[in-house]
Amino acid sequence: MSRYLAIFRTFARACLVRDMTFRANFLLECLTSLGWMSMNLAFYLLVFTFTPEIGAGSGWTKAPFFAFVGTGLIVNSIVQALFMPSAEELTEMVRTGGLDAVLVQPLDAQFLVSMHRVDFSSFANGLVGVGLVAWAVPRLEHAPGPIAWLVYPLTILCGVAILYGLVIMLAAATILMGRNQSLYDFWFYLTNFSRYPAEIYAGPWGGPLRAVCTFVIPILLVVNVPARVLARPLAGEAWWAVVTALLAACASLAVSRAVFQAALARYRSASS
Amino acid sequence: MSGRSVPLEPDRHVASPRLLEGLRVWCTMLAICLEERLVYRGDFLLGTAMRFLPIVTQIFLWTAVFSATSRADIAGYTRDDVVAYYLLTMLTRAFSSMPGLAGGIARSIRDGSIKKFLVQPVDFIGFLLAARVAHKLVYYAVAIVPFAAVFLLCRGYFPPPPDAPTVLVFLASLVLAFLLGFFMEATLGMLGFWVLEVSSIVFGYMLVQYLLSGHMFPIDMLAGIPTGIPGVNVADLVQWLPFGYTAYFPAAVWLGKIEGEELFRALAVEVGWVVVMAIACRAAWHRGTRRYGAFGG
Repeated sequence: MSRYLAIFRTFARACLVRDMTFRANFLLECLTSLGWMSMNLAFYLLVFTFTPEIGAGSGWTKAPFFAFVGTGLIVNSIVQALFMPSAEELTEMVRTGGLDAVLVQPLDAQFLVSMHRVDFSSFANGLVGVGLVAWAVPRLEHAPGPIAWLVYPLTILCGVAILYGLVIMLAAATILMGRNQSLYDFWFYLTNFSRYPAEIYAGPWGGPLRAVCTFVIPILLVVNVPARVLARPLAGEAWWAVVTALLAACASLAVSRAVFQAALARYRSASS
Repeated sequence: MSGRSVPLEPDRHVASPRLLEGLRVWCTMLAICLEERLVYRGDFLLGTAMRFLPIVTQIFLWTAVFSATSRADIAGYTRDDVVAYYLLTMLTRAFSSMPGLAGGIARSIRDGSIKKFLVQPVDFIGFLLAARVAHKLVYYAVAIVPFAAVFLLCRGYFPPPPDAPTVLVFLASLVLAFLLGFFMEATLGMLGFWVLEVSSIVFGYMLVQYLLSGHMFPIDMLAGIPTGIPGVNVADLVQWLPFGYTAYFPAAVWLGKIEGEELFRALAVEVGWVVVMAIACRAAWHRGTRRYGAFGG
């Protein structure tokens, strides 16, 4: 484990050196992600000029909702920074046979495929997320207690683990299919469902969709559970949500690992 | 080696009218681009169908917003209107969005591949237009299935269809949206003649476009935000910019949000922007190629 941590540190350092070599580009990338995020925040602010909360009686008024958005930014920035840049390269690696070079290394292939590149500029959104949470928390009806603050980072890690599992499953699909660019679009479209509180998925269509996105592809647990830990009193059902997120994270990691190994077993090199 | 000379071009080239010849070249370019697009049809179908997924969250979001407010409508849009609006902007964006156009032009300027258009008797902008028409034709041929399915499934959100003249204006606004989107992005790409990397400019454009085109929300919702100019709100200002015509305008026409004199004024503004951007694009190409230098093979 310590060997892998040391290797990851080396990867991260190399990426940071690269980013700092092209500082203007790094700043531009930070601005790019901040720009898109600002657009979304402007949209949410506009929505709150028309309504006091998202969903009648849901409790997602302005402050809790922005705590939710901030939490989502933190979770997504971690995934975008640590795993997505590597996963995005995989499509080309499979197509050109570059994956062979990964497989002959005396290291775990999943580790190399998913963590060899770190995009530090993606942490910019995470910092804004922290700022949003800091703005929202004093304005919440129920101030989070010390236990909530301890559970919050844990549930954020659960969210990251669930998304990591999803990234690995898509990577496995890429290995099986040879080339598929749409699968990464699919990742963005799928994670779109996690951007809003689960309460909005109501009614004859919303109920089943919420169940699927909670228990089949647990995408709704990614942001909802940590955001709830902050915004709602941590008692009764809230603990069940935390336990569910923990179980989902473990299952996501285990299943994605199994699928990835099965995909690698079927890999046929594209190189000569 | 015989001394017999071979004519470089058949005589019929000289005889055929110039316009007809241009059309023949354009049709050939269109056919090539059509074939090129159809190579990745499976990936294309999957990508098209998935673009509807964000609409699902938008429907649930706005349903939740309307459930929590006592208002019957927001800026003149009921919940059903908002859903119909988002679906219609999907359609208008299918006409006006030009993925990779500006970046592609800048790349061919940077890597020198654009020089073939300087020595071949093929108009670069005409070629790009043919490629985009081909791209769009293939897209519509594939996308009509998920579009028809989603619109049929969501027909309850739509008001009764508008009258025939409004439908005609709607169709015209879609064609104009395509042309406006094309010329705006192509002009941005031509900036590659002056700056090496246009990606930051394209990003800035996309950001403004995303916010002001009506892609995120109907522009009418900005009517409550003052500009500082007495009697003019942000929505009024945005109506005079080109962005709204690439997403908001056709959708608003279909939903009857713009009618009468205002409709024709808006259509005239859109035509004006298409003409301005077409001239800007041509001028950028003309001036850019004069200062362009390419070296090596």
